Amino acid sequence: MEIILSIAIGVMTSCGVWLILRPRTYQVIIGLSLLSYAVNLFIFGVGGVKTNVPPILSEGGVDGVLADPVPQALVLTAIVIGFATTALFLVVLLASRGLTGTDHVDGRGDKR
Amino acid sequence: MKGWDIGITLAPQFLLLLLALPFIGSILSVLLLNTASTVLPSRLASLVAAFCLIITVLAYPQVTDGNVFRYHLEWIPQLGLNFSLRLDGFAWMFCVLITGIGLLVTVYARYYMSEDDPVPRFFSFFLAFMGAMLGIVLSGNVILLSIFWELTSISSFLLISYWNNSAAARDGARMALTITGIGGFCLLIGLLLIGNIVGSYDLDKILASGDLIRGHSLYVPALIFILLGALTKSAQFPFHFWLPNAMAAPTPVSAYLHSATMVKAGVFLLARFSPALSGTYEWFFILGAAGILTLLIGAFFAIFQQDLKGLLAYSTISHLGLITTLLSLGSPLATVAAIFHMLNHATFKASLFMAAGIIDHETGTRDMRRLSGLFRYLPYTATLAMVASAAMAGVPLLNGFLSKEMFFAEAIETHADSVLDIILPYVATLAGAFSVAYSLRFIHTVFFGPSPTNLPKDTPHEPTRWMRFPIELLVVICLIVGIAPAFSVGPFLHTAVVSVLGTDTPEYSLSIWHGFNLPLVMSLIALVGGSALYFVLRHYLATCEDGPPLLRRLKGQRIFERILVEVSWRWARSAEQRIGTRNLQPQLRWVVVTGFLAGLLPLWLSGFEPRTFVFSGVDKVFAGIWLIGICLALGTAFLAKYHRLAALIMLGGIGLIVCITFVWLSAPDLAITQLLVEIVTTVLILLGLRWLPKRTEKMDESVTFRARFRRFRDLLIAIICGVGMTFIAYAVMTMPVPDAIATYFLENAYTEGGGRNVVNVILVDFRGFDTLGEITVLGIVALTVFALLRRFRPAPDTMVMPEQQRIQNRFDEERPERNAGDTVRDYLLVPSVIMQWMFPVIITFAVYIFMRGHDLPGGGFSAGLTLSIAFLLQYLAGGTRWAEDRIRILPLWWMGLGLLISTLTGVGAWFLGYPFLTSHSQYLTLPLIGKVPAATALLFDLGVFLLVVGSTVLILVALAHQSIRITRLRTIEADKTKES
Repeated sequence: MEIILSIAIGVMTSCGVWLILRPRTYQVIIGLSLLSYAVNLFIFGVGGVKTNVPPILSEGGVDGVLADPVPQALVLTAIVIGFATTALFLVVLLASRGLTGTDHVDGRGDKR
Repeated sequence: MKGWDIGITLAPQFLLLLLALPFIGSILSVLLLNTASTVLPSRLASLVAAFCLIITVLAYPQVTDGNVFRYHLEWIPQLGLNFSLRLDGFAWMFCVLITGIGLLVTVYARYYMSEDDPVPRFFSFFLAFMGAMLGIVLSGNVILLSIFWELTSISSFLLISYWNNSAAARDGARMALTITGIGGFCLLIGLLLIGNIVGSYDLDKILASGDLIRGHSLYVPALIFILLGALTKSAQFPFHFWLPNAMAAPTPVSAYLHSATMVKAGVFLLARFSPALSGTYEWFFILGAAGILTLLIGAFFAIFQQDLKGLLAYSTISHLGLITTLLSLGSPLATVAAIFHMLNHATFKASLFMAAGIIDHETGTRDMRRLSGLFRYLPYTATLAMVASAAMAGVPLLNGFLSKEMFFAEAIETHADSVLDIILPYVATLAGAFSVAYSLRFIHTVFFGPSPTNLPKDTPHEPTRWMRFPIELLVVICLIVGIAPAFSVGPFLHTAVVSVLGTDTPEYSLSIWHGFNLPLVMSLIALVGGSALYFVLRHYLATCEDGPPLLRRLKGQRIFERILVEVSWRWARSAEQRIGTRNLQPQLRWVVVTGFLAGLLPLWLSGFEPRTFVFSGVDKVFAGIWLIGICLALGTAFLAKYHRLAALIMLGGIGLIVCITFVWLSAPDLAITQLLVEIVTTVLILLGLRWLPKRTEKMDESVTFRARFRRFRDLLIAIICGVGMTFIAYAVMTMPVPDAIATYFLENAYTEGGGRNVVNVILVDFRGFDTLGEITVLGIVALTVFALLRRFRPAPDTMVMPEQQRIQNRFDEERPERNAGDTVRDYLLVPSVIMQWMFPVIITFAVYIFMRGHDLPGGGFSAGLTLSIAFLLQYLAGGTRWAEDRIRILPLWWMGLGLLISTLTGVGAWFLGYPFLTSHSQYLTLPLIGKVPAATALLFDLGVFLLVVGSTVLILVALAHQSIRITRLRTIEADKTKES
């Protein structure tokens, strides 16, 4: 399991990094989303990878090994904040596009 | 008057009051900003100064005979920082100067300031400055002292730049701030070093550990830093040039800065720390060199000034050089002379500046080439100014004579085996002659000679009684001290000296006549030589340019400005050009590369230990899902440039796979949240797509070599980062998880948080404060989005109707039985009806998710997102107008209410005596439904829920509204073209 998850994190990081280094604002926003998936999964993975033991207590309290709730709580807020940043960035992107007339990240036309 | 006992013992709190009053007055003055009256603010300031003076005077019995009056308040005791105030004899003398001369200056300024000036602002700055200065002399903790030291720099900046429409005032203020600010920084470093040596920042402890400090290896650096602080403040060579430039300030400010405050802070500090620092060769040499040079240069420059205030400013520099020289000698008698001269200089210099202000006020100019014969117009002021000038020159029977005589007596003593000590008597006599020359020049030029011609103002006349009063009082003090020193100032001086020197206090005699000795001869030489010098130079001075001959071009100010321009403009620019960029791509590239290297660094430093990885096997289905995920990620990266929609869909696919992963790996809460956020994000970006420019692959067919290189490099970076992440992730995930705080949360979630869903309990209970911060951020982001979109202007090429709509409209136009817009309306009719029907269902679902959140997967975040999706679907189904005709959503209200509920829930705990956000939990049994958790955390979660709904809806609706706005804009445009 861990190997699949790490490869997935690696690939998403690669694609995300590649995209945020591109000149178009849309590529950057997509790249940031990909990066945030990778980072969220990474933080989540730090707590250890366990199946079928959600951190939900039964009536009798802790019973057996449960998944680590701390990274989960961290990631949950990270997902919501990620949404907020995406929204903000999207609007900045649109405003910049409206003001400068181009979707280049520097707000300038292409200079080859 | 040693036994001056008025039977009052002040409580320590009065010391705090003494320090706080000026600041309170300063704030009150600000509140008067809108009054037109010039009287009220000055009355307030005078009142504050008078009160402070009274407190100081009443405190005198508590500081005599080396006693110290203290006030102590713990501030950060762990760091040795305490708000401790101490008033000893020396500080008392300064408090009297600061508050007394402060009071006189406020009285004077009341008449000096014009009604057009913003007077309340002046007095507000003035009182703040007074408070800062009192803080310096009262501080019992050196860090506190440093803070007040900075405050004086800042408030003097504000005072000097008071007439901020004048460039000279701005430049002078900036220069003063730069020099004294740098000095203050050095002082802080020096004090930290001293604190480190002594192990305490307490002033008493530092003063008592002189031998420890002088023997320490850090003594020299600490000394140099502290001296830098003191010398910059006291305008000593080579930092003297800020003071003449500061005369752009209103004259009352100059009178105050030059006499009792600011420049005196430097010599105060030197005298204060002399028990701890003085007596070494370094102390003698640095201070002696600076003092002697300043003494001589200041006096010499003063002779050649044409501006009255300029003459006085250079004279201040010279007199402070004298005090510094005395302090450098390190002998007890020299310290006595230094303290005495601080007192005397303050009295005659304040009165002279005020007299110069009157002359300026009455004639409209301060240029000595234009002023002459004013005695017949201002006989009274002239007499006062003459007496004060004579005191400055050191004429017998005036206070200046006494301390100058003590200086001469010390100058001829041998203190150290150094060339400085040998030349000192000659320098002292020469500087004395110079000061006689400039004092004589001041009197002779301004008050004697023919009547002035073409002054800016006609016929000067005596000012009002109360404008003259401060000068009168100060001049009378000069006379009394000069004639009967032992009976007037003697006891107070003794108190001050004892508090500095302690048991080293020498025997000294404060009498006018010590017999016909060498100091008297030196005085006589100075008087005669100075007079002769003036009469030789008289005709040259009457017409010459401002500044001394030959050195006129060499101005400290110019050099300073050169350096400033060089550092803050040229160097900054070239640094920006060389290493900076305004382009986003290189910046991001550096961020990524730095991040990668930062990740590598620990491995590099501590070495990488190879470890046998336990291969836990691979689930085939899971692998298959992620194989798809990887393909989608690659596809997204590939298509994001030209095929935005496809890339977005693929991105959504990855989001779903991440969601499945969370389910698989025991994180149901994350899965729910991820799924909902995925929906909202996708819709959001879909709404944004419309405003992006068209881009087709044909547009950039020609790829240059540079572009190719860039892509290759970025690809390399991306691959390296990805591989790095894979390894780190794998290494971390296969490590045994140390038992950190997880167990604590698992064990206490139910007993203390009252919930079984540990993730939710962490969010709303254990870490509730973090969540409160987070939802606040979410709210701020939503408001920012809203604000940005209100001013949104789309690019011209997105103003036209989208292609799809045009096709649909054309279809309607071609058929007679259809009205325009029918197709758009009927588009996806069946799904939209279903979506409308789903509205109540989703709302119920949201409530359900919310209610069960504390025990089962769910909670405020996911419920909020669910509800916002319910609203969103209505917009999608019927269009913005349709939806808003039927439901009125007020997202701002939701947000405000949510934040309010969450915060109030936290505040509620205070009333029950618990810390912020302490929760209480129990279960309620409701009929039909059964046991329901009723923790206060649920209320907090309700706030989270409301805020999430509000923010999400606000963001989405703001974006959706752009389409309506664009239609409106398009109609306006169409109307315009029709009209024309």
